[in-house]
Amino acid sequence: MDFYKGFKGEDWKNEINVSAFIDENYKEYRGDDTFLCGKSEKTAKVWAKCEKLLAKERKVHLLDVDLKHVSGINNFPAGYIDKKNEVIFGLQGDKPLKRIINPFGGIRMVDNALSAYNKKMDETNHSIFINKIRKTHNDGVFDAYTPNVRKARTAGLITGLPDAYGRGRIIGDYRRIALYGIDRLIEEKQKDLLKPELLKIDSEEKIRLREEVSEQIRALEQIKLMAKGYGFDISLPAKNAQEAFQWTYFGYLAAVKENNGAAMSLGRTSTFLDIYIERDMANGVLDEKGAQELVDQFIIKLRLVRHLRTPEYDEIFGGDPTWVTESVGGMLDDKHSLVTKNSFRYLHSLINLDPSPEPNLTVLWSEKLPANFKKFCAKISILTDSIQYENDDIMSPIYGHDYAIACCVSAMKVGKQMQFFGARCNLAKSLLYSINGGRDEKSGKVVVDGIEQDTDAVLDFKTVKKRYFEVLDKVAETYVDALNTIHYMHDKYAYEAGQMALHDTNVERMMAFGVAGLSVATDSLSAIKYAKVKPIRNAEGIAVDFETVGDFPKYGNDDDRVDQIAVEIVKHFISTLKKHKLYRNAKHTLSVLTITSNVMYGKKTGTTPDGRKLGEPFAPGANPMHGRDCTGALASLNSVAKIPYKDVCQDGVSNTFSIVPNALGKDEKSRIKNLVSILDGYFNHGAQHLNVNVLDREKLIDAMNHPDKYPTLTIRVSGYAVNFNKLSRAHQEEVIKRTFHEKI
Amino acid sequence: MVKGRISSEESMGLVDGPGIRYVVFLQGCHLRCKYCHNPETWDMMGESYFTTAKKLVDKIEKYKSYFGQDGGVTFSGGEPLLQPEFLLETLKECKVRGINTALDTAGVGFGDYEEILKFCDLVILDIKAVKEEDYKELTGQKMDRFKEFLAACQKNGNKLWLRQVIVPGMNDTEENIENLANFIKTIKNVERVELLPYKTMGEVKYKKLGLKYRLAGLCEMNETECKRLEKLLITKLGE
Repeated sequence: MDFYKGFKGEDWKNEINVSAFIDENYKEYRGDDTFLCGKSEKTAKVWAKCEKLLAKERKVHLLDVDLKHVSGINNFPAGYIDKKNEVIFGLQGDKPLKRIINPFGGIRMVDNALSAYNKKMDETNHSIFINKIRKTHNDGVFDAYTPNVRKARTAGLITGLPDAYGRGRIIGDYRRIALYGIDRLIEEKQKDLLKPELLKIDSEEKIRLREEVSEQIRALEQIKLMAKGYGFDISLPAKNAQEAFQWTYFGYLAAVKENNGAAMSLGRTSTFLDIYIERDMANGVLDEKGAQELVDQFIIKLRLVRHLRTPEYDEIFGGDPTWVTESVGGMLDDKHSLVTKNSFRYLHSLINLDPSPEPNLTVLWSEKLPANFKKFCAKISILTDSIQYENDDIMSPIYGHDYAIACCVSAMKVGKQMQFFGARCNLAKSLLYSINGGRDEKSGKVVVDGIEQDTDAVLDFKTVKKRYFEVLDKVAETYVDALNTIHYMHDKYAYEAGQMALHDTNVERMMAFGVAGLSVATDSLSAIKYAKVKPIRNAEGIAVDFETVGDFPKYGNDDDRVDQIAVEIVKHFISTLKKHKLYRNAKHTLSVLTITSNVMYGKKTGTTPDGRKLGEPFAPGANPMHGRDCTGALASLNSVAKIPYKDVCQDGVSNTFSIVPNALGKDEKSRIKNLVSILDGYFNHGAQHLNVNVLDREKLIDAMNHPDKYPTLTIRVSGYAVNFNKLSRAHQEEVIKRTFHEKI
Repeated sequence: MVKGRISSEESMGLVDGPGIRYVVFLQGCHLRCKYCHNPETWDMMGESYFTTAKKLVDKIEKYKSYFGQDGGVTFSGGEPLLQPEFLLETLKECKVRGINTALDTAGVGFGDYEEILKFCDLVILDIKAVKEEDYKELTGQKMDRFKEFLAACQKNGNKLWLRQVIVPGMNDTEENIENLANFIKTIKNVERVELLPYKTMGEVKYKKLGLKYRLAGLCEMNETECKRLEKLLITKLGE
């Protein structure tokens, strides 16, 4: 059987190169959405069963958990939803929505998560981990953390660190299994082990890599066995579209059986799979209905992915997200887009299966995308609030045209780059440290050493700024120490063998630092510079409140006087981070992204000079503070667009934009047109990311009070979408408080 | 270089002309329409700020990438025609820089219309009322200045969007629609007509300014009914 019959090109046959295969074989689609089909009968049946389970899950949160087994590629019996109507097969556990236990990241996290539901894991397995017969990532990290890292963690200066569970944000090139089959992938890895540079053992790095590649080979064998459990032999390439979807999905499924990272993203599969659909259609063995059925059933599976989380975790990442991020669209070169009919089908699943936060559908936007596709994206956005947009024109010059987004905004070359996820540090708290001599404004304890106490009656901009940058220098140092420790231990105790098997052996690594509270820090410095800010100090001399006299420019109004302060902060922070050497020679990157942690960060941060009170949430990501952007939506967008991407915030700059339908335009047609213009305009300014919500505040308030009326209400938060009903009350209230652009 | 008096600016107006528009609200208006929801723009000396044409257009230009094929800037108010020199200079500068211009007006200004209209890609004209007595009752002014401006638009051949605010008990009748239709039929180059339902959200501003709100207690115009009247108007215009 010639698996490649009908496919063009030779290069991708001689080496593992999915990108070259796509370039030579995909068929760009520039038409409109009229070809699309509704869901098939089988899909309707499978989805109806899932909807029932999902409704139940929304009420109880944790539907079921497998207490007997521990995570692993082939550690669970096969599971089905409705076997005779399923077209794509495979579940994490033996039942849909049944969560699995992953103790390799940390056993305490498992215990806490289970005890929140009065459950306990199997005693024998538990003793292996709790008695460190098998040490966990979490154990390793805490053996090595320095006192400074511990202090920064406790104070909430650096939080959300992946030191108790999987780090995630790694995208395996799951397409490789479909294109090459497992046997070929094993063969290539075996060849790598015999390369001269890996046969000379003269460094720890080489020993580590040899061990890792051997683990990768073992993982590939496990994936093959797992697929066999479902009755499929994936040792050879996929013969048709159904197999291509299935093989690709098995790769992804192995990843979420093995790992529980916060973000377990899918990559960029739609155009790749379209090639198989087109071939089957040309051979007369598949029609449009069948193609949409494959997509819908694949998407259903992605919507069912779950991980076991603690209540504390839910506080940071509200709404049980999994970030099955799939990147759609983008350009091949100046003239040709990578849009295919399958790009439309993926987005159309939001109509066939109702809006949903997962998979996290991400459109790689370019001014040059086909007009019909742009209009279709805008239409689906307006209907579902489930899509995010990222700027292909600034990312493709850095990552080439076969990159994908992990999590929310993190770009990486598929199968060639990986990321060491690093959560974020608190820029607003850091500013308070520069006023309070490095002491925490809540506990009074010194967290950052060597910072002079400010005693001025009225804060002086130059002094505060100088000290602020000193604080940031020290925070950067501690932050690097934390991440180097975390990723060393993660590689050692919770290595993602299945995912890394689907990468090149010599992979490029990026270490992703992050910041929260950028707009709070920026407006605070602006207040100190342009108004008079008098700190009100307590008996210990800690500023617990501020009295501000006069007005000051606020970030979010396209006013350079303040916007440039934000730019200066992030530029300083990345440059000071870059002074420190990183584990495995990773490259430093930085994001301005909070997920929903802006609420938790706010809770842990005292009153700030910008007028934000103790405990009040920060704005999400790089957004201006709620209600301070008062010269209209475009001014707000222009301010955010000034935060530089390339070489500065190269791990992403997240912005969430909400507008009421009537303000976007009078009718559907003008709303679509206007949304396309907004996206074109924003990205033309060099911005990186935009979440788009088109909805009324009243609807959200109603949904908060009557959740049953809105079972599928989905909204974009910061870099992901969420089922509104799954957010905590505090998160819901914060979302409702945000600026909704309206024109009356 | 003459300075303009600005009440406020909005970087994204999506309902003030075609496409995405930067909206500049100029300060000052001679009309005292009972339903006005921007009374803070009435007084020429009211809270406002000065700018020059060049500075203003520099700012507008920062949004050019959002305008697409038909977006641009809309000058509204207040009554933009009360600052003819500044308006003209700003419009000219916009055209030099390739920015589409719309003028949102009640047509009651200080003249120089022919020159101003040369630089307007679209005029959004508010027809307060078609009968002299109704016009006077609603706005406190006579209708002749409005008519003068409309004549200038016709002479210059400007594209027109015509608007009327519909207020319950005042002009929400089929008879008014009939009269309005007959009036509009005499006007050339009408590209669109729209009826806007009366809203009460301006009321709070009156309190803040210490002004009496003359429509106090009156309900908002029902949106469905307003849509029905708009359809009726469009049908009549097609006859």
